[in-house]
Amino acid sequence: MTEPLLRIEDLYVTFSTRRGLVEAVRGVSLALEAGEMLGLVGESGSGKSVTGFATTRLLDAAGRVTKGQIFYRGQDITKIPDSDFRALHGAAMSMIFQNPRAALNPIRAIGLQIADAILSHKRMSKEAAAEEALKLLRAVQIRDPEKRMSAYPHELSGGMCQRVMIAIAISCDPMLLIADEPTTGLDVTTQKVVMDLLANIAAERGMATILITHDLGLAAQYCRRVVVMEKGRLVEEAPPEALFRHPQHAYTKRLVAASPTVSSRIEDLVTDEERSEYLAVLAACKPPVVPPPGTPLLLDVKNLAKRYDQGPPALTGFSMTMRAGESVGLVGESGSGKTTTSRMICRLIDASEGEILFDGESIGHLPAREFHRSPHRKDIQIVFQDPNESLNPRFTAFDCIAHPLLRLSRLRPGDALRQRVEECAVRVGLPVELLSRFPHQLSGGQKARVGIARAIACRPRLLVLDEPTAALDVSVQAVVLQLLDRLRREDHLALLFVSHDLNVVRMMCDRTIVLRNGSIVETGESRALFDNPKTEYTRELVEAVPHIRRAQEPMTSVT
Amino acid sequence: MPSATLRHTAWILRGNPLTAVAASGVLILILIGIFGPSIAPYDPIASNVSEALMPPNRAHLAGTDQLGRDTFSRLLVATRLDLVIAVSAVGISFVLGAVIGAFCGYAGGRLDRAVGRFVDVMMAFPLFVLAMAMVAALGNRVENIVIATAVINLPFYIRFARAEVNVRRNVGWVEAARAGGEGNVSVVLRFLLPNVLPAMAVQMSLNLGWAILNAAGLSFIGLGVRPPTPEWGIMVAEGARFISTGKWWLVAFPGFALMMAVLCFNLLGDGMRDILDPRMRT
Repeated sequence: MTEPLLRIEDLYVTFSTRRGLVEAVRGVSLALEAGEMLGLVGESGSGKSVTGFATTRLLDAAGRVTKGQIFYRGQDITKIPDSDFRALHGAAMSMIFQNPRAALNPIRAIGLQIADAILSHKRMSKEAAAEEALKLLRAVQIRDPEKRMSAYPHELSGGMCQRVMIAIAISCDPMLLIADEPTTGLDVTTQKVVMDLLANIAAERGMATILITHDLGLAAQYCRRVVVMEKGRLVEEAPPEALFRHPQHAYTKRLVAASPTVSSRIEDLVTDEERSEYLAVLAACKPPVVPPPGTPLLLDVKNLAKRYDQGPPALTGFSMTMRAGESVGLVGESGSGKTTTSRMICRLIDASEGEILFDGESIGHLPAREFHRSPHRKDIQIVFQDPNESLNPRFTAFDCIAHPLLRLSRLRPGDALRQRVEECAVRVGLPVELLSRFPHQLSGGQKARVGIARAIACRPRLLVLDEPTAALDVSVQAVVLQLLDRLRREDHLALLFVSHDLNVVRMMCDRTIVLRNGSIVETGESRALFDNPKTEYTRELVEAVPHIRRAQEPMTSVT
Repeated sequence: MPSATLRHTAWILRGNPLTAVAASGVLILILIGIFGPSIAPYDPIASNVSEALMPPNRAHLAGTDQLGRDTFSRLLVATRLDLVIAVSAVGISFVLGAVIGAFCGYAGGRLDRAVGRFVDVMMAFPLFVLAMAMVAALGNRVENIVIATAVINLPFYIRFARAEVNVRRNVGWVEAARAGGEGNVSVVLRFLLPNVLPAMAVQMSLNLGWAILNAAGLSFIGLGVRPPTPEWGIMVAEGARFISTGKWWLVAFPGFALMMAVLCFNLLGDGMRDILDPRMRT
C-alpha cells in the first residue's frame, strides 16, 4: 500500500489551562490521499480545528501534541524542528481561516500581501512576484485583478477577502490545504461561490483539502468522505450519503437529525425517542383560537422606510402584516435591511417614514427613545443574535430575566418576582440553579435560553427573533427552535423570524418575506415560495443552500 | 461572588508577582498615610538648629534639614497630604469624566462633537502650565491644587469613557435593556457605566502616580502647599539648595518616596487590568 499524503496516527493534543490539563483531541487517526477533499465535521469543542492547527503546527502556546504522529508524505512532522517546519508552511501545506478580514493585514495592499507569501518561499524578483500575484488573483476569479492588486482589505467584501486568502494559501502550490470554517459568516450565495472556487482550484491543482466545518450539509456537498468528531474523538467516518442515510454512531444520528434540510419539519430535529415526547407536547396544546371577525391585525406595517445620512436608503416601501400566533420569516443577505426592519418594528430605532400599527393602534408616532414608556413596550420583545453579546456581563441570569419584569410588569423584588423568573427559566429549559450565574459561566445554549426567557418574561404578543440561532451549534439550535415553536403554539405568540438560514425559516415560518438591498423581492407562503421561487434572486438563494448532490430523502426515513 | 473574586485575584497575583509587590507597596503607603503622624518619631515642623543638616544616623534615620527637622518624620507625615491630593483629584476627574464621557459616547452626534472638540482644545495646552496658571489664579491652597489636577486629568477620562461606551452602545444587551423598558439615561447610568468602570479603574491607578507627581511638581515650583507643611515636592525643592554641598539625603529620600509611590501605582494599574477583566475569569 502506498503511503497517503497525510496520515494522522492516534493524535492527542493537550492544552494547559488554569483548571489543569484539558485534552482537546483524544486519539484521532485519519488519512488523506493526494487531491482528496475530506470533511471534518463537529460542533464547537469537538477538537476539529485543533486537529487542523496541530497538523500545521499553529497551536497556541498552551497546546501541545502529547501523543501520536502526523505523517506528511511518510515523514513524521511532529518531530521535526520549527526551522524545518517553516519550509513546509505554504509550500507543502497551508491554511485558510474563518474570518478572512482578520487574517489579512489591514494596512497592506492585497497584491503585496500575496507577493509577500510568494517571496517567503521562492527566490524571485519583486516584479516577478507581483506578476505571480496577479495570476493568482485571476485564478481566484477576482474581477479587475489589475485594479484590485492595490486595494486594501477593508475595500473588499468578506467573500472577496476570502478569495484573497485562498490566493495566498495556494501561492506556493501546497499539496495540502486546511480550510477552517472558510465560509462561516459569509452569505449563502457567497458561500456557494467561494466553495465552488475552492473545490475547482483543488481539483485543478490536485491539492488535497481538509474542510473543517460545523455544517454537515456543506461537508456533504463538497466532500466524498466525511469524518465526524465529538469531544476530541473521531466517532464516525463515511461517505456523506451513507452518513446521512444510515448514521451509525449515536452522536452522528443526533447531528444528522438536528441539521435542517429542505424537507425537515420542526419535530424531526431530534432523535426518535425525543420526537414522540415533543409530539406529545404539541398535542397537548390548545388549538389556536380563531379571532372574532373585526379583530384588528396584530401587526400592520405600511410603507416603512429608513434612510441614513449617507449611502442608499437601508429600507424602502416595506409593508407586512401579522396575526396573533403567526410566524413570519424575514430572509435576505447581509445589507438587505432585515436587521434595520426588525429594530424598527421593535421600536428601538425610528423609521424615516411609514406607519406601524399594533393591534390597530399606531405605535410609530412615539419616538424610539420614548417608547420605553409605551404600554406596548412589553407586547413587543426581541431575542438577539449573539447570545454572548446579548447579556449584560455584570448581571446574573436571574437579573437579566428579572429586569423587564421590574421595569415593565412593575413587579417588586420579592417572592412574586422570583417565582415568575423561575417559571420563565423552567419554560425555556434552563435549570433554576443556573440563575445565580453570570453570563461568562454559562454555555452558548444556556445564554440563548436566558435571552429567550428574558424576552418572554413579560408575556409579549409579538416576539422578534434576530438570527436567534446563528451563533449556536446545530444540536443546540434544534432544541432552541423547538422551544420557540412550542412557545408560539402554547402562548399564541407571533414570531417574526429574521434569518439567513433558509432551511430554518422554511421549517419555522408560515410565511416568508425575501429582502434585497432594502426592498421586498418576494413574499408568500414559505413552502410554496421556496419550492417554486418566482424571482431569480430567490431561486439563487435557494440553490445556494448546501445539500447533498444526490436526490434527497426525507430525514424521517432515518432510523 | 466574593470568594470567587478573591480566588481569581489570588490566581492573577500568583502569575504576576510584581502586581502583588505593587499592591503591598500601595497598602503600605495607605497605612503610612493613616498612621504616619502618630508613628513619626519627631514633630515634623519642630526645628532644632543645633542638629541642623545632619547626615542619616541612628537618631535621625534620614538625616535632618537646615532647620534641624527630622527628614524621616517629615516624609511619613507628608504621605497623607500627597495621597489625599492625588486621590481626591483623580476621584473628581474620574467621576465627572466617566459621566460626561459616557453620555457623549452613547448620544453621539452634536453633543459628542462639541465635547470632543472642547477636550481637544484642553489637551492642546501644556497641561502642567495650565495647572500652574489655575493655581496661581485661584490662590495658593491645597483645594486649588486638587481642582487644578482634576481639571487637567479630566480630558483623559472623558475620552476614555467615551470610547468604551461608544463601542458598546449598540451591543445586544444595551438594546435588550431598552426593549426591557429602560430609558436612555438609565441605560447609561445603570448598564453602560458599571461595565466601563473596571477599565477606568485601571486608568485611575495609572493616573494616581501621575497626580502625585503633579502635586509635588506644583509645590516644587512654589505653588500650592506652602512650607513649613511637610510635602514631598517641597522637601525636594528645599533640599535642592543644599545638594551642591553634598547634603544628598535632603533630596534623595523624598525623591525616592515619590518614585516608589508612582511606581507602585503604575504597576498596580497593569495588574488590575487582568484582575478586573471579567472575561479572564472562569
